Amino acid sequence: MKTRSWGFLVGGLLVALLLAGVVSNFASAHPDGLDSSLREGCTFDADDNITGGSCPAQQEKEHEVGGPLADYGVAGVDNDFLSTGLSGVIGVLLTFAVAGGGFWLVRRRAAEAADAADRERTTAGAGS
Amino acid sequence: METLAMHISNGIIDGPVAAVFAAIALAAMTVCVLRGRRDLDDRLAPMAGLVAAFIFAVQMLNFPIFTAGVSGHLLGGALAAMLVGPWVGALCVAVVLVVQALVFGDGGVAMLGLNITNMAVLGTAAAYLLIALLLRVLPRTPTGLAVTAFVSALVSVVVAAMGFVLQYQLGGTTDLGGNLAGLAGTMAGVHLLIGIGEGLITATTVVTVAKARPDLVYALRALKPAAPAPVPAVGGVR
Repeated sequence: MKTRSWGFLVGGLLVALLLAGVVSNFASAHPDGLDSSLREGCTFDADDNITGGSCPAQQEKEHEVGGPLADYGVAGVDNDFLSTGLSGVIGVLLTFAVAGGGFWLVRRRAAEAADAADRERTTAGAGS
Repeated sequence: METLAMHISNGIIDGPVAAVFAAIALAAMTVCVLRGRRDLDDRLAPMAGLVAAFIFAVQMLNFPIFTAGVSGHLLGGALAAMLVGPWVGALCVAVVLVVQALVFGDGGVAMLGLNITNMAVLGTAAAYLLIALLLRVLPRTPTGLAVTAFVSALVSVVVAAMGFVLQYQLGGTTDLGGNLAGLAGTMAGVHLLIGIGEGLITATTVVTVAKARPDLVYALRALKPAAPAPVPAVGGVR
């Protein structure tokens, strides 16, 4: 890959790290569109526990895994800002590694690309 | 920060329906891998990794919408479809959802198929159909690109939300007393507003990338205008 593409890649990752690591702390804490729709019909106390009514959110069950990064925080880190930011940074790097690595593994190899280009040329030649 | 679940949690949709959608999602992702391989070369693979990482980051940024007490966040299907194409784009969103479910406790693991079907499959498919249409009819200007990104992103969010409503009709665990229309109306209204945010984020990001590196915008590479614009010879039109 060309140097310019590497520059773009590194720059893009830095932006993502900044968003997930710092800006995420200023995100709205209100329930999102799905969650709020599922809470319609119930009443909640200050701790977000259901106090009455009937709504889909009542059926919510425990998550199977949970884990040290559950709910976008790092278990054991008491500072909220640090906990959220750190979980965001880990998430960005992990997602980049899983997605980038996976795509790299299944990518079209150079030889296949040449084959495909040959086929396209042949088809185009036959068509004209 | 308040602990927030952004995706379908366990218990919301019953097991059998969740299992059916897990199979649907798996089949769709297999097609995306097979078809997406044609697009994935040495250059696109790391870029697609970046798109997934970027979507993860921006999904954390819940923004307030006009309705009091409700927030929205990026789903990312339109953004991914614009930048890396529909097949690889759907895979990018799916990877984000898998990481969120397995590592961040967001969205039940048993509900993964439902979440992938709505946001990765339906959202990205709706977005790309619109992108393909709009890029052919709108002028090839930053404004045309921005409008394409905005509209396709907005519609994709509402389509994904309606995917959930359909799933809820099939396997919702709370008896709404025949008031599914109420849920559909609430979901559609809220996600129309969230779609505006999604549209703004998508348009801004795509136009920024297109300015810096137009060659990295898949939709601009893959979709040529319907007819070559007639270029009058200089001085030929009087």
